[in-house]
Amino acid sequence: MKPEESATTGADLLVKALIDEEVEVVFGYPGGAVLPIYDSIFKQNQLRHILVRHEQAAVHAAEGYARSTGKVGVVLVTSGPGATNAVTGLTDALMDSVPIVCLTGQVPTHLIGNDAFQEADTTGITRPCTKHNYLVKSVAVLARTVHEAFYVARSGRPGPVVIDLPKDVLMNKHDYVAPTKPVEHKSYKPITKPDRALLHQAVELMAKAKRPVFYVGGGVVNSGPKASQLLTQLVRMTGFPITNTLMGLGSYPASDSQFLGMLGMHGTYEANLAMYHCDVLINIGARFDDRITGKLAEFSPKSTKIHIDIDPSSINKNVRVDLPIVGDARRALKGLIDIWQKKQPKLDLKAQKAWWAQIDGWRQRKCLAYKQGAEIIKPQYALERLYHHIKDREHYITTEVGQHQMWAAQFLKFEKPNHWMTSGGLGTMGYGFPAAMGVQIAHPDALVIDVAGEASIMMNIQELSTVAQYRLPVKIFILNNQYMGMVRQWQELLHGGRYSESYMESLPDFVRLAEAFGAVGLRCHEPAKLDDTIKEMIEIRKPVVVDVAVDKAENCFPMIPSGAAHYDMLLGPDDRAAKPVSEEGMVLV
Amino acid sequence: MSNRELASSHTISVLVDNEPGILARVVGLFSGRGYNIESLTVAETDAAENLSRITIVTAGTPMVIEQIKAQLDRLVPVHKVHDLTMEGPHIERELALIKVKSTGEKRVEALRLADVFRAKVIDAKTDSFVFEVTGNSDKVDTFISLMAALGLVDVGRTGIVAMTRGGEAL
Ligand SMILES: Cc1cc2nc3c(=O)[nH]c(=O)nc-3n(C[C@H](O)[C@H](O)[C@H](O)COP(=O)(O)OP(=O)(O)OC[C@H]3O[C@@H](n4cnc5c(N)ncnc54)[C@H](O)[C@@H]3O)c2cc1C
Ligand SMILES: Cc1ncc(C[n+]2csc(CCOP(=O)(O)OP(=O)(O)O)c2C)c(N)n1
Ligand SMILES: [Mg+2]
Repeated sequence: MKPEESATTGADLLVKALIDEEVEVVFGYPGGAVLPIYDSIFKQNQLRHILVRHEQAAVHAAEGYARSTGKVGVVLVTSGPGATNAVTGLTDALMDSVPIVCLTGQVPTHLIGNDAFQEADTTGITRPCTKHNYLVKSVAVLARTVHEAFYVARSGRPGPVVIDLPKDVLMNKHDYVAPTKPVEHKSYKPITKPDRALLHQAVELMAKAKRPVFYVGGGVVNSGPKASQLLTQLVRMTGFPITNTLMGLGSYPASDSQFLGMLGMHGTYEANLAMYHCDVLINIGARFDDRITGKLAEFSPKSTKIHIDIDPSSINKNVRVDLPIVGDARRALKGLIDIWQKKQPKLDLKAQKAWWAQIDGWRQRKCLAYKQGAEIIKPQYALERLYHHIKDREHYITTEVGQHQMWAAQFLKFEKPNHWMTSGGLGTMGYGFPAAMGVQIAHPDALVIDVAGEASIMMNIQELSTVAQYRLPVKIFILNNQYMGMVRQWQELLHGGRYSESYMESLPDFVRLAEAFGAVGLRCHEPAKLDDTIKEMIEIRKPVVVDVAVDKAENCFPMIPSGAAHYDMLLGPDDRAAKPVSEEGMVLV
Repeated sequence: MSNRELASSHTISVLVDNEPGILARVVGLFSGRGYNIESLTVAETDAAENLSRITIVTAGTPMVIEQIKAQLDRLVPVHKVHDLTMEGPHIERELALIKVKSTGEKRVEALRLADVFRAKVIDAKTDSFVFEVTGNSDKVDTFISLMAALGLVDVGRTGIVAMTRGGEAL
């Protein structure tokens, strides 16, 4: 495209800019302020628009799309209520570092500040919940702003970016100039290249370690599939144990013998004790979240800590580290492997062997064990059977938020990155189903399953209409315990079993609900019929809602109560009395 | 651990693009994350490059100060963040306008003290003065507290602007 091309409207220009950013899909919902954009979309067929049923779902769908492809997810909503409805999704994407560009309509520039119809201070409202935002005041800067927004969203630590578009800007005319070179920003310059000297120091620390552990998070997933490959290579070269955060699952193959499972509040006994007892901690792309550290003063007290992260603000935020390395995980991993290969460091193999023996001892506790009887389906069992039936197919898992989410993290095995999408940082009930739609749009032939709770699924259930419209064969696998199980669990453990408002009264008949939307509904109560139900779900090439009635009273273990240390883990229902939760812990969430 | 470390005051100089909303971004960052602002000044300093300088005085433990700087640096329109307190000798100045209403002995004493503090009289009526005083915050504080007994009516302060000593640019 040449500059001399005749002037285009802001809306047409926007669509061109999106196409130049290689956008294929936009998740959105129309309204007065964005009608010019919808008109431009109507007149072309390169850009596909997916009409959701609620703007929050548009953002989660874009998140699912982004996380499963590594591309930027794009959202289009109208001014006022359209923008405010998107706020939860934007906050979710900010907390979990998901690259999103969200286009919001705005009243015309001359009416801004007048309490005009469907006016909201969108840049004001979204300032704290975006990586950056823009109010475009002139069509002359529109295209440039769009390209810059994509650059900001995807580079460095990824995140959501809002572009607020007044209607007059969309209707005014200007030439479109396609970008000829990558965006370079005056002030925003993320550091991606790690300092080589620091990587040398890291290798030295690692080589001398007697009880090392890799603690790896979502940053490695953000860094692209190559980073996960390099991670696997490095971990195998060293022979060290590795644990993943909830967001890091899939960055290392879960079936590998060096993998200790997830760590943290609902992580495994072996992972958490390895964190407590290790002498060298190698954090790659994880942010020492409070779900991981528990009581800060007793977090991994004996270790020398290495922290590789692209965002300097993640370093020394909660936990002081000894060797901070700022840079992209992929480049850091590449550097570490190079140096390791050149140096061929001599490890203290005797110490390593003793360390693994200790870890294997912890593994013997079988902290995820549960008892499946003949009558009632245990949620853990439902997930184990689900995994059995999907493991040989290309599959993607999303979740809602609650106990089912934690059980999914514990009982499904993640072998590859970008195949697991869950709301970690914000913990947004209602995330999983729309996210699954976004994943299915990006991977039409894959098996996409939202592992759901009966409470969470109600938060974006309207999207059944979207999956019906676009014939998206998303599967919703509800572990129905008739409770907000995670809330009930905390009430049982911390509030004397007073189940205040956590029982799900008046649940719908999920089978008939699915049918009302043109989806298929299945139900299963008995352990003996579970396998057949799962197989049937997988075979049906349509959206399916599966209502699995599971044990109402089951709790999710292990659990490190808020504010407790790693060694204070509750391994099962009988552990409770011995370790009451401290008053300090009670105020934490 | 960290919160048992001692909090200290730091003067941070931030070079930013002079664009709408930039101040809201900075202030929102401080309020949203619970950092305190002891003083904040902002004005355009380079019209050609469209840059402003924000000078913030804040207090916190070393870990919090490090976090504040990293968070500021993360804002897209922020060019540079300098912790003047950490980076060696620097000068801090503040300007205040101080209105005093009094007659007789008190009026004479106010004028005498103004002279000691090298404050300028920038407005005078038969029963009032407006003084302009510049200096570090301690000097301004002291002058204001002395005026309290001499008919102090109003105070306006700019907040602190600061710069490193010597010929180097930040
Ligand atoms: C009910 C519930 C229970 C939970 N329980 C647990 C639990 O038991 N265990 C658990 O682990 N989590 C749990 N979580 C999730 C938890 O809240 C956090 O979301 C999660 O631990 C954060 O993962 P992370 O540290 O990998 O960081 P992320 O949020 O994934 O952040 C990624 C980090 O990597 C950095 N980064 C980004 N890109 C790159 C790059 N290219 N190169 C290098 N670095 C990069 C970022 O700057 C950031 O510091 C729970 C959530 C919920 C809702
Ligand atoms: C939007 C939102 N509101 C409230 C919460 C608090 N919360 C966390 S888990 C949970 C219960 C989830 O219940 P369900 O979906 O049935 O899952 P279960 O724990 O029973 O598996 C609630 C209310 C939340 N995470 N998100
Ligand atoms: Mg439930």
